[in-house]
Amino acid sequence: MLRFILMRLGKAVIILIAILILNFFLIHAAPGDPAAVMAGEAGAADEKFIADLRERFGLDKPLLTQLGIYLGGVLQFDLGYSYRQQMPVADLILDRLPATLLLTMTAFAISLSLGTLAGVLASARVGKWSDTLISTTALLFYATPLFWAALMAVLLFSVVLNWLPGFGYETVGANYTGFRRVLDIGQHLILPATTLGLFFMAVYMRMTRASMLEVSQLDFVKTARAKGLRPSVIQRRHIFRNAMLPVVTLAGLQAGQLVGGAVLTETVFAWPGIGRLMFEALAQRDYNVLLGVFFVSAAMVLLFNLITDILYRFVDPRIRVG
Amino acid sequence: MGEPVLSVENLRIALPEGADRPFAVDDVSFELRAGEILCIVGESGSGKSMSANAAMGLLPDLVRPVGGKILFDGSDLLRLSEAQLMDLRGRRIAMIFQEPMSALNPLLRAGEQIAEVFEAHDLLTPKERSARAMELLEEVGIPDPEKAARAYPFQLSGGQRQRVMIAMALALEPEILIADEPTTALDVTTQAQILDLIRNLQEKHSMAVMFITHDFGVVAEIADRVAVMQYGKIVETGSVDEVLDNPQHDYTRKLIAAIPTLATDRARGDVGKQPVLEVDGLCKTYVTGGSLFGRNRRVVKAVQNVSFTLAEGETLGIVGESGSGKSSVGRCLVRLLTPDAGMVRLGGHDMATLSGEALREARKSIQMIFQDPYASLNPRSRVGRIIAEGPMAHGVPKAEAYSNAERLLDLVGLDTSAIDRYPHEFSGGQRQRIGIARALALEPRVIIADEAVSALDVSIQAQVLDLLADLKEKLDLALLFITHDLRVAAQICDRIAVMKEGEVVEIGPPRQIFTNPQNVYTRSLIEAIPGRERELAAAE
Repeated sequence: MLRFILMRLGKAVIILIAILILNFFLIHAAPGDPAAVMAGEAGAADEKFIADLRERFGLDKPLLTQLGIYLGGVLQFDLGYSYRQQMPVADLILDRLPATLLLTMTAFAISLSLGTLAGVLASARVGKWSDTLISTTALLFYATPLFWAALMAVLLFSVVLNWLPGFGYETVGANYTGFRRVLDIGQHLILPATTLGLFFMAVYMRMTRASMLEVSQLDFVKTARAKGLRPSVIQRRHIFRNAMLPVVTLAGLQAGQLVGGAVLTETVFAWPGIGRLMFEALAQRDYNVLLGVFFVSAAMVLLFNLITDILYRFVDPRIRVG
Repeated sequence: MGEPVLSVENLRIALPEGADRPFAVDDVSFELRAGEILCIVGESGSGKSMSANAAMGLLPDLVRPVGGKILFDGSDLLRLSEAQLMDLRGRRIAMIFQEPMSALNPLLRAGEQIAEVFEAHDLLTPKERSARAMELLEEVGIPDPEKAARAYPFQLSGGQRQRVMIAMALALEPEILIADEPTTALDVTTQAQILDLIRNLQEKHSMAVMFITHDFGVVAEIADRVAVMQYGKIVETGSVDEVLDNPQHDYTRKLIAAIPTLATDRARGDVGKQPVLEVDGLCKTYVTGGSLFGRNRRVVKAVQNVSFTLAEGETLGIVGESGSGKSSVGRCLVRLLTPDAGMVRLGGHDMATLSGEALREARKSIQMIFQDPYASLNPRSRVGRIIAEGPMAHGVPKAEAYSNAERLLDLVGLDTSAIDRYPHEFSGGQRQRIGIARALALEPRVIIADEAVSALDVSIQAQVLDLLADLKEKLDLALLFITHDLRVAAQICDRIAVMKEGEVVEIGPPRQIFTNPQNVYTRSLIEAIPGRERELAAAE
């Protein structure tokens, strides 16, 4: 097992470096450069000023040299410096990471638990009206564009009904502490996390339902019935466990997007996370911040792939031993 | 024989609308008596499994009993509630199935799955349950029961899996064991062991066994009484001797006549003919798994130094159990696999080393027929296209290829109108005829038939074997016949090569192989053929 993990980690590092290099060139291939944008904003777009900026940021050096400097820094856990925000990129990311993880993990938990639960319920009532209701609702979630659902949720729950706050991470200026603060953040979390989780909830529901129905047709379920087992035991021990295998794979894919996948939601709900950081950096051509965010999201994807594979070995003995 | 423990009276089971007939089981009556093994035998679709499943209350959703009774211990099983049936299942009536791999839950250990039977009926403590599971594994003859109890199904062999299933069925000492084709998916030597086991356990526990099978060889080995089913009806019932030695019904007679016999007096009229195919020192090794550094690799020597020749007009059988490498040999010959070493000489070329255009050209003269007539024909192509595709790929004009396809359909005994139809419109036997026509379309000199009749019912099997023999004669083909079924090999082959673990352990004419096998393994294979002893006794 340890060997397996070490091997996979080794491969992950190689992939990560490849991603870094690719990202580096992609960003530099895009038109526009940060010095020009900054000079433009400063209202002093003369050649000399821009050249000075370039020299200060090291942008005048050949591209490969810049890459070498950057990679050298990353190996020492230095993700560079954001000239726009006047802060090290690593600090910026670490500052924003907790908010994003809170949002995406809540969304992940909501979608996975409610999605599989709905899927199990629907499969147990296949063809009845409750199955139709669950399946249709899932289809609706599946087909609704995220930004639209987010806007409608804000409109309904905070503007019209005034039940929940519609933007931000906590109530600005309230300076709550302790449990009151947790509650406040919790209230702010409900709308963005639910919206973000809708799509995957639908995916889990549909997959769980299909998978449960498929497994229930397999021979070993008949064996279980021939033993005289109660239907609830068969459902839980024999059908559900086997039906969860594809869901685990999918959950791993979703978990990999925990960092990078919330750009839209964070923007709509003014959530102070990585997604918004990335959005701002993109507008400002803040190369180092962008590269840093890409790096962290890629690392997360690889990490969760690894965790999924380990988990999969745990739930499916055929992979573990075979 | 004892009193009836299970009486099926006028049982009628309806099929869903749109099926090929209204009733899967139509007015069927039989008795299962205490301490006997009753074989219900029939071809696929005869309703034999449906009758068994009805007794367990395990019919598929859309199929339901519409008439008759199944009496067990004074009550009609068809009228019991689900709760009452649950109480009977596993405790008083137990069941084992055809494919032990899929009949076991892949995610649970063998021991857990056996212990579950006690749990289902709220018996014993968890600790006692696993102890009993271990004892049961020992009773069904699994070496190292402790290890087997901890193993997952995929870690056990086919025979061991079926033993686990049997242990599970025996757990609560049921009065009735229903065995639905329990040895069909097993190799012949394993089959013989499992049949022995079932027979021994039946005597020891004095169970009544309802044994469903399509194989008269198995019937001869294990049955006390036999019921023959056809199209949902029982056409004949009697003691095993009555039915096998003196069948009364035409259908029974036809079935028994269709069984390939082990009489091996085939005369070889083609001795001395030119070899068309020479195989020398063929080797193929599979390497799977493993990491960059070569650890954990599994190396399977599928084909080891195999050599033989095939003469014009000759049929050479390659027989062996699963994993013996017989299919790998076939695949190497047509270069679906590239051999690691060795020579395959065919029409002046070495098939083992050809590539590109030369290989494409050489492949024309060696064609294959596959096992599964359902999976081996593209369901979206019309039959005409399936047959004509090969020649057209080699430059034959479309009109000519299609008219040739019609001629071939006629040759394999199908109506030429088949050309415009899709494969799903045909039965298994007809599809295999289409497969044969496809193989013939390129006018090959050698045909490799890989388990070509294994998926077919015995009466259809006999027809396809006749067709192959007939075509071989007409077209002067050489035939390489790969099979696990020694009876089939005995009937059709001029020579037989026996393979074990990638090697040919013995090669010779059937008479020698069957009456005077030189190799220990060959001998054990021959002795395991179901029904052999009865046949030998009858011949004397």
